[in-house]
Amino acid sequence: MLSITNLHAGISGKEILKGISLSIRAGEVHAIMGPNGSGKSTLASVLAGRETFEVSEGTVLYQGTNLLDLSPEERAREGLFLAFQYPVEIPGVSNMYFLKTALNAIRKHRGEEELDAVEFLALVKKKSKLVEMDQSLLNRPVNEGFSGGEKKRNEIFQMAVLDPKLALLDETDSGLDIDALRIVAEGVNKLRGKENAIVLVTHYQRLLNYIVPDFVHVLQEGRIVKSGGKELALLLEERGYDWIKEETESVGSA
Amino acid sequence: MGQPNGRAAGKSRGGAVNRDRENMNAQEQTDWYEARFGRWESGMNGESKTPLHSLRKAAIGSFARTGFPSTREEEWRFTNVAPIARVPFVPAVSAEIPRLERRDVERFLFAGLTSHHLVFVNGRFLPEYSSLGELPDGVRIESLESALRRDQGEVLRHLARYAPPDQGAFPALNAAFIQDGAYLYLPDGAQIEEAVHLLFIAAGDADPLLLTPRNLIITGAGCRLSIVETYHAVRSSSYLTNVVSELLVGEGTVIEHDKVQAEHPHAYHVGTTQIVQHKASTVVSNSIAVGGSIVRNTVATLLAEEGSHCTLNGLSVATGNQLIDNHTTIDHATSNCTSFEMYKSILDGASRGVFNGKIFVRKDAQKTDAKQTNKTLLLSDDATIDTKPQLEIFADDVKCTHGATVGQLDDEQVFYLRSRGIDEVDARDLLTFAFAGDVVSKVHVEPLRDRLDVLLHERLRQGRVTGIE
Repeated sequence: MLSITNLHAGISGKEILKGISLSIRAGEVHAIMGPNGSGKSTLASVLAGRETFEVSEGTVLYQGTNLLDLSPEERAREGLFLAFQYPVEIPGVSNMYFLKTALNAIRKHRGEEELDAVEFLALVKKKSKLVEMDQSLLNRPVNEGFSGGEKKRNEIFQMAVLDPKLALLDETDSGLDIDALRIVAEGVNKLRGKENAIVLVTHYQRLLNYIVPDFVHVLQEGRIVKSGGKELALLLEERGYDWIKEETESVGSA
Repeated sequence: MGQPNGRAAGKSRGGAVNRDRENMNAQEQTDWYEARFGRWESGMNGESKTPLHSLRKAAIGSFARTGFPSTREEEWRFTNVAPIARVPFVPAVSAEIPRLERRDVERFLFAGLTSHHLVFVNGRFLPEYSSLGELPDGVRIESLESALRRDQGEVLRHLARYAPPDQGAFPALNAAFIQDGAYLYLPDGAQIEEAVHLLFIAAGDADPLLLTPRNLIITGAGCRLSIVETYHAVRSSSYLTNVVSELLVGEGTVIEHDKVQAEHPHAYHVGTTQIVQHKASTVVSNSIAVGGSIVRNTVATLLAEEGSHCTLNGLSVATGNQLIDNHTTIDHATSNCTSFEMYKSILDGASRGVFNGKIFVRKDAQKTDAKQTNKTLLLSDDATIDTKPQLEIFADDVKCTHGATVGQLDDEQVFYLRSRGIDEVDARDLLTFAFAGDVVSKVHVEPLRDRLDVLLHERLRQGRVTGIE
């Protein structure tokens, strides 16, 4: 589904990603872990199409097309979804109106009929239950005055409605208390399927107790330095990140 | 009413004088209006002996002394009215009222507001297109002209008391040519369910006209009232609307005053809304300006007695060479009053915005809570805004905040919307509309709010402000 090869990217001339290669197939859940500043969020942003980042080298193939040629909205319509680390507040635009506009833009692209108000409401009702989203938040302006947990839940709710093929969850667990974490994780688990893939970007192993990944990758200084199964996350939790650094350095010097 | 003689003279001379008088100097400008005043007066039949006319005479005198303001005056530093002053506008007081087709009027009415609407053409009441509706006992909703005929004494107890002619050249010029407008009187406890719509249409394409509607709204204690003032043009582009509205708000009374200025893009509009609030009253003023070439809109409220609240909201949408100047004054004259103010502008093309927001907190106005915000969205490199908050605080136990922002759309917000599949252009329109929606949502009169939604959707498209017809 997604094939990243030797991706180099940065911001205002400073290279942050220094050659990332990663392959993701439908039905898989990948966790990308790493210390602060390792480039995790940059990777998510580059994939979603944030224009402040420049790609200097490498390719990203998504369902056989060059992802880097697509605008952010084209990527979204092709089934890519980024759950933001810091969801943006948009005063004056209601959550419902926003989501309906987004969904219908995506449906139009897929050649599907746009949903009318009644159909949309029915869908929203179903999906909001999935993530235990408070109904009163639906008619409020997008994220305005939401608590940290409500914002994150709103991201997962949007994901549920837009039904993406590839979801990138950027530190969705940060700032969540244990109850909110459980609800968000359960929501994600219900959206797991054979047809779609999920990439979890996270600093902590905690989230992975609830969403069990198929693969774990460790990102350090802009490179994937170690990949493994779910047990790698437990190892990281126990021993931190430094041992990998030492290991790669000693391998390098050997 | 205009006399046949005056009307004829006005017509023949108006045309001739037009060409000679382009670029009148300051003396010629005041002479021009004094001469027009004299001609109108000479055609009056006994009315020139009334107290009302004494008020007019004092007003033309006041105007003659000051003349039009120049940019050397602090209050007019950013707004040059020379293009207005140069034109020899013919006061519409003695001009014929042009005939309008029903559809010319109906398209500006609201299907949801049918009970009380007063239609004015060139500032003159048009009974055949108006509806005064059923009113509670003692309530009067009528034309000012008819109220003056009925009981001049009653009207003059209030008229020009709150916005006196010596406030400035434009209020003076308006008062000099007071003839008609809306008169609303609500005795204690009167509650008007449906909003009262005052529709002002500029029409006719002969001489450039000076329109001087005058509105007087007087409420007793415990009243409820919503007023919608709207300004439009039909087959007319060269005119100056110089309107003054005075509102007296009784104890515990709640008033919403909405003004929509959608004049012809070549026309001029100078408006003054003066509000005086008694004890524990509440006023919400929403001022939406989309039309006009040079526009100066003043909204001022005096919180005269304790426990009152006012909300002043404004939205300007401009493009081309439009200049929209909003001046507001909130005068906290006494303690325990609150005010909330939010003025926004969306400027495109080479348009200019001006915001000047005065808040006075007088010596006795302890426990004042005042908040002022001015936000401007610039959609082009050539659009400009001059914004000037002006807080003068003489009490010590008060809370006053103000803030101004000027900028473009937030890139993070645009990216967020795009990341969900929404086109960049649509994302920008959605955000621009939301910026405006913040003000529009404060309008409680539903038919008006719906109309504004449509109007703004038409005007805010493809990341631009489109001009109005």
